[in-house]
Amino acid sequence: MIRLVDYGVGNIQAFLNAFKRLGLHVERARTPQELGDATRLILPGVGAFDHAMQLFNLSGLREAVETMVQGRQVPLLGVCVGMQMLAGGSDEGELPGLNWIPGRVRAFANNPASAKLPMPHMGWNDVQILPAGQNLFAGFSAPPRFYFLHSYYFEAEDKAHVAATATYGFEFDCVVTRGHIHGVQCHPEKSHHFGMGLLKNFAER
Amino acid sequence: MLRPRIIPCLLVHQGGLVKTQGFKSPKYVGDPINAVRIFNEKESDELMVLDIDATVTHAEPNYALIAKLAAECRMPLCYGGGISSAQQASRIIDLGVEKVSISAAAVSNPSLLGEIARAIGRQSVVAIIDVRKRSGLLAKGYEVCTHNAQQRHKLDPVVLARSYQDAGAGEIVINAIDRDGELTGYDLDLALKVRAVVNVPMTVLGGAGSLDDMSKLFECCGVVGAAAGSLFVFKGRYRAVLINYPTAQQKDELLAATHFRP
Repeated sequence: MIRLVDYGVGNIQAFLNAFKRLGLHVERARTPQELGDATRLILPGVGAFDHAMQLFNLSGLREAVETMVQGRQVPLLGVCVGMQMLAGGSDEGELPGLNWIPGRVRAFANNPASAKLPMPHMGWNDVQILPAGQNLFAGFSAPPRFYFLHSYYFEAEDKAHVAATATYGFEFDCVVTRGHIHGVQCHPEKSHHFGMGLLKNFAER
Repeated sequence: MLRPRIIPCLLVHQGGLVKTQGFKSPKYVGDPINAVRIFNEKESDELMVLDIDATVTHAEPNYALIAKLAAECRMPLCYGGGISSAQQASRIIDLGVEKVSISAAAVSNPSLLGEIARAIGRQSVVAIIDVRKRSGLLAKGYEVCTHNAQQRHKLDPVVLARSYQDAGAGEIVINAIDRDGELTGYDLDLALKVRAVVNVPMTVLGGAGSLDDMSKLFECCGVVGAAAGSLFVFKGRYRAVLINYPTAQQKDELLAATHFRP
């Protein structure tokens, strides 16, 4: 079963709605006990980086999630700020990230190539799939479009972990993959058939 | 590249969907949930749903309807109508809605946008400004209205848009009352004036009669949201109800034909 890690941040309901449409059984987990039987995990997140990390650290779920992902190799998908939490840290805050995919979260406002563009980066953007994205994007023909809503972006240290990029003033890493750990900056739960395809691939591959 | 958003705007009145002209004479156009399903099938970029009763009747947002809309909606959803507190906004976001829009309550309580931004993140806070051209012999410029254009305020919409951004709005919607339902094109002059002073995403509503009107908006203002009501619910000069939306190919063609402002 897929479990949504519910540590108090993120649009849990939107994911429940999306997976219900896919006919997949997904439930939220608020306690380590509820995580127990999961074969897949989704780590959502919105808002400020430190706020999300702090709530995750205090939720009582972090240790259990770490054991599952690092020990039992349970696949995990981080979404939006949930993706950014996979990095070592963020320019938005002070707290360390999970550091499961080496990299740092940077501000569009501090990058000269994007500083003058409207902020946040919001709307539908074209996504370029890279070889590391072959599983998450399996079955995609034309370059997909996804819905984005963010002011900070993931900068992967090892470009071999970059599964897809998008362009906002410059090309940034919008999907990262390291083995069974994945992160997507865009919102698959609100990206029509493109997002449904990605969630289905995560659930079934 | 980031694409401009093409956004159907649906108005809820007495439980049904309506379309107005100049904010008056609401015409019934169908059931809200059914409309959402059609826009799902057509894969619209976003959806804006505004309850035009809640503020004028001092009603709470209709949470039961919002929950149904959010459960059905496969694209980002912006909901507005009757929201006057951060608590209400949080409750709506928890139902699975991406953005809440605030209009009258932000005019009467300038600190509200900041309070809501702290509760749900500014990316989810949309400020709608209803604007009317001043009428009269010596009148010039624009004025801001609320309560379905029944209340007028001595505010300059361009100055107000900037102050909303500074207060915590993550998106500004400029809605031209005089153009509502007219299908004669956007007020490009007004849109450009607002675009020049805000750096958050902007959406323009009121007047779109064709995809060509949207193209003109993008040429004038760059990558912004182009919202429309009548264009997406009516067909033909007799305004027969037919929910419609451009296909992915039509949108690609529209972008290819648009000379974006650099």
